[in-house]
Amino acid sequence: MSITKVTQHPTQNEELIFDRSQTGRIGYRLPKLDVEETNIDEIIPSELRRQDDLDGVPEVSEVDVIRHFTRMSTWNFSIDLGMYPLGSCTMKYNSRLNEKVARIPGFANLHPLAPVAGAQGALALIYKLQEDLAEITGLPGISLQPAAGAQGEMTGVLIIRAFLDKRDGEKSRERRVMLIPDSAHGTNPASAALAGFTVKTVNSTAAGLTDMEHLKKLCDEGGIAGLMLTNPNTVGIFEKNIKEICDIIHQAGGLVYMDGANMNALVGVARPGDMGVDVIHLNLHKTFSTPHGGGGPGCGPCCCTLELEPFLPIPRIVKDGENYKLDFNRPESIGRVKAFYGNFGMMIRALSYIQTHGAEGLKEATESAVLNARYVGHHLVEDFDKPFDSDPMHEVIFSHKKQTRKGVHTLDIAKRLIDYGFHPPTIYFPLIVQGAMLIEPTESVGRQDLDAFIDAMKAIAQETVENPDLVINAPHSTRIGRLDEAAAARKPVLRWQPDMETLSKTA
Amino acid sequence: MANKIPENLHYSKDHEWVKVDGDVATIGITDYAQHALGDVVYVELPSVGDKFESHEAFGSVESVKAVSEIFTPIAGEIVEANDGLNDNPEAVNNDAYGDAWMIKVKMNNPLEADAMLSAVEYEEYLSENE
Repeated sequence: MSITKVTQHPTQNEELIFDRSQTGRIGYRLPKLDVEETNIDEIIPSELRRQDDLDGVPEVSEVDVIRHFTRMSTWNFSIDLGMYPLGSCTMKYNSRLNEKVARIPGFANLHPLAPVAGAQGALALIYKLQEDLAEITGLPGISLQPAAGAQGEMTGVLIIRAFLDKRDGEKSRERRVMLIPDSAHGTNPASAALAGFTVKTVNSTAAGLTDMEHLKKLCDEGGIAGLMLTNPNTVGIFEKNIKEICDIIHQAGGLVYMDGANMNALVGVARPGDMGVDVIHLNLHKTFSTPHGGGGPGCGPCCCTLELEPFLPIPRIVKDGENYKLDFNRPESIGRVKAFYGNFGMMIRALSYIQTHGAEGLKEATESAVLNARYVGHHLVEDFDKPFDSDPMHEVIFSHKKQTRKGVHTLDIAKRLIDYGFHPPTIYFPLIVQGAMLIEPTESVGRQDLDAFIDAMKAIAQETVENPDLVINAPHSTRIGRLDEAAAARKPVLRWQPDMETLSKTA
Repeated sequence: MANKIPENLHYSKDHEWVKVDGDVATIGITDYAQHALGDVVYVELPSVGDKFESHEAFGSVESVKAVSEIFTPIAGEIVEANDGLNDNPEAVNNDAYGDAWMIKVKMNNPLEADAMLSAVEYEEYLSENE
């Protein structure tokens, strides 16, 4: 008996939804008209109506749509499928308990315009989360309004700007230099520029730390508004001179903003407020296990010192006796940065995470996250170039240096990892390491998964020596092989059009 | 990987090349730089008349990996920018020293080019940093 592989199965050969269209197919039936018919021209003028009769919109049934998108959803990788070691992104498990709590009807169905008296529970939750995050960061002024990390960062930088304007008056114009390390996240210089600052880059040392001499030299040049620093930094190393760094910036008359992207290495162990940091943003969708990216909206709380607290966005959620209220009367506030109070659903999940862990549990999660990264670092150091000797914190960085002589680069290693069932790590970031692979296992993986990941990386190192083409042409086990990323970026096809060649047939 | 390093050009440690013709310098990025960047998908260049100090960023190159700033080793005023790179950014990968020249600068001080690395010095610099 011979078995032929069928390639027409829809999971192997998914058409575009447009290609499934059949003229005249209708997936609904309207009830009989039980009111008097009105001439449409009396309700909507013809210039406001489309004239093309929805040309090109696919005519499909409900079940066609559901199956089409469900099939495509199975091509995705997700944190519920396996280890997702995307450095700097903290792709930790999002517990089902968080989801259960977020679906409590009193929270889930609350209208954002509900009167304050009818939303006391929600306001109490926000207030409680603020208190917990203040304890965790050591920074007592908090707004949960920003909708994402970059917005929290922008909020922090605008607060620095408002503070300097108030403190220095007209002279604040001379203080417009924001220092940013060469290893920083790209959003840092973008936020600084949007807030009207000029960026000067601080070099890193060979050990992967802020170059203190260069920092001092830049401060001596004057005009310092502040420093934007990630700690642990983007190569996963703790800036051990953080206290001195903050002192230098403060002496130069500036403030220190910390990018909280890497807080998963610090929670319950060390507090930015104690290090001398003035303002920080957190990512609830990283450190506090709320859904990430396509899985849900983000939340990027901004936490600051009491000195900066008057500048936080309005409204502030404040306690008045036993009740909670919204305080709009903050004349020095930078204003609103997001409609209503931010992404409330994420606050519920983050508080659920904090409460279910407790102080001890949060500390243990941090320790496990660091231990896991060090475990990976320890086991791969023979096979891959590790550009910095220091012990990493919650993420460990390698480069492709040992593989390039065989023609294998970081991108190839990342693609080959997909064949082993792992989401690739962050690649080519930060830029100061050529061919960087930034691996962040998080605390959500056990020893078996870590060992499987290490084995996969070791196998790829071996393949690079014995059969580099296997790696260079990866992935092999996926529905679609190596994509032409350059063509996709140079000539992007962003929209289906009726006269377009069918993409799915060429894929 | 052997990098092409033409002899008649000047080189910077930021991996730009400069070709001098009278008081005008033509500037691009080196073969080594385009290899390091990977497939280039977009090149952002300044406008004619813009003025730059030496070592100032005059534009950026976006590859599938990252966006990188490009620095002018020579101070001066832009007299021409290579608009052809808008539609043909892959030229940076295919012909770094030819079609993918980026800007022409009227130099404030032609001596700046002489202070740059020669082809031999640039090759040494690359091998030291490999």
